[in-house]
Amino acid sequence: MEHEYDITLTVNGTAVSRRVPARQHLVDFLRDELELTGSHAGCEHGVCGACTLRVNGEIVRGCLMLAVQANGCRVDTIEGLSDSKELAALQKAFYERNALQCGFCTPGMLLAAQDLILKSNRPTREEIRNHISGNYCRCTGYEAIVDSIEEVVNGKS
Amino acid sequence: MKAPAFAYAKPSSLAAAFDLLANPDAKALAGGQSLIPSLNMRLSSPELLVDITGLPGLAEIKVLDDVVRIGALVTHARLEQSPEIKKHVPLLAQAVPHVAHAAIRNRGTIGGSLALADPAAEYPACAVALDAVFIIKNKTAERRVKAEQFFKGLFETDLKPGELLIAVEFPIAAKSDRAVFLELTRRHGDYAIIGLAMHNERFVFLGAGDRPKLFLFQKDLQKAKEGLKAGLNPPADLYNSSATKRHLAGVLLERAWNTNTTSR
Repeated sequence: MEHEYDITLTVNGTAVSRRVPARQHLVDFLRDELELTGSHAGCEHGVCGACTLRVNGEIVRGCLMLAVQANGCRVDTIEGLSDSKELAALQKAFYERNALQCGFCTPGMLLAAQDLILKSNRPTREEIRNHISGNYCRCTGYEAIVDSIEEVVNGKS
Repeated sequence: MKAPAFAYAKPSSLAAAFDLLANPDAKALAGGQSLIPSLNMRLSSPELLVDITGLPGLAEIKVLDDVVRIGALVTHARLEQSPEIKKHVPLLAQAVPHVAHAAIRNRGTIGGSLALADPAAEYPACAVALDAVFIIKNKTAERRVKAEQFFKGLFETDLKPGELLIAVEFPIAAKSDRAVFLELTRRHGDYAIIGLAMHNERFVFLGAGDRPKLFLFQKDLQKAKEGLKAGLNPPADLYNSSATKRHLAGVLLERAWNTNTTSR
């Protein structure tokens, strides 16, 4: 039997109220209910990082959080963070350095990378690699991704 | 990879949580970083998830006289950033960065990790190495259990139905204490092939059996290595045989032995 609950949350700055099944993952809620399909559902058990979102300012796995758990939370997705231009420098670097091919991992990768940029001061390549170790890319071999993040980190004033 | 249907409740008091957990098909949900994958893979199908993250007082790190008391709901990220943990429980501070990845450390909790008792996880080994004490409550009573008695087997603990792990107490490190945490992984954040939490003469291996494996080694490294050979029988995984893991355990033992500092 499906159990449903009312939730209210802020998604990309907009208040949203919906009735959701308890078992619905946050990433599925965003994709299926709100049509915010930039966050990707990949492995759906917390390994690949394609569903990385920001909840109350911290990155999380969208497939390891239930929509009902996001009640009262502030959720930011790749759509919101693109629109606000917060990710503009990273997106430009990824584009210029071919840090994506199929693009499936890219939204999650950008959120993970931005988290590092916000939290650390001039991380080394090793630290960059560690920080994105939870985000799989099956195309690029990561080198161009690390280059892009490093470029933005070094350009940070 | 979608979870089966379940009901959800988020109580705001311990009393209400215990009433909900009286249902034998209810499961406590903290950070959900292990429970939700197991639901997604349909390895588990509870009737009711009791979200305990709204319970007051369980997300605190308190420095008391001779212990640091860590509430069950403290996340890995909080431990990672805590100056108190770095200062007073250096072994744990060394272990935290090895726990999964940033996005998971933001939600996963110490109580959840310990109560799950995954033998490849970092905290159970640290808890045994440090002789931590687990504080467990049910509707009517509170009891304290030593880490060594808490871990009973593969994902098996001393927790009884209707009980919740409330907090863990780690002794405050003395100046003369030596603490080393090491693990070998194919990639940062992966499950360890083998790992070691060392506190003075207490050497605890993770990924080495059905629960943290404790050895007491003193003075003689050669004897310690022999003891490990005789006493450690780690299960093989997809990539590493039992013999490889035993060899790697010896490598970690020697590295830890040669580290003479309590800091990184």
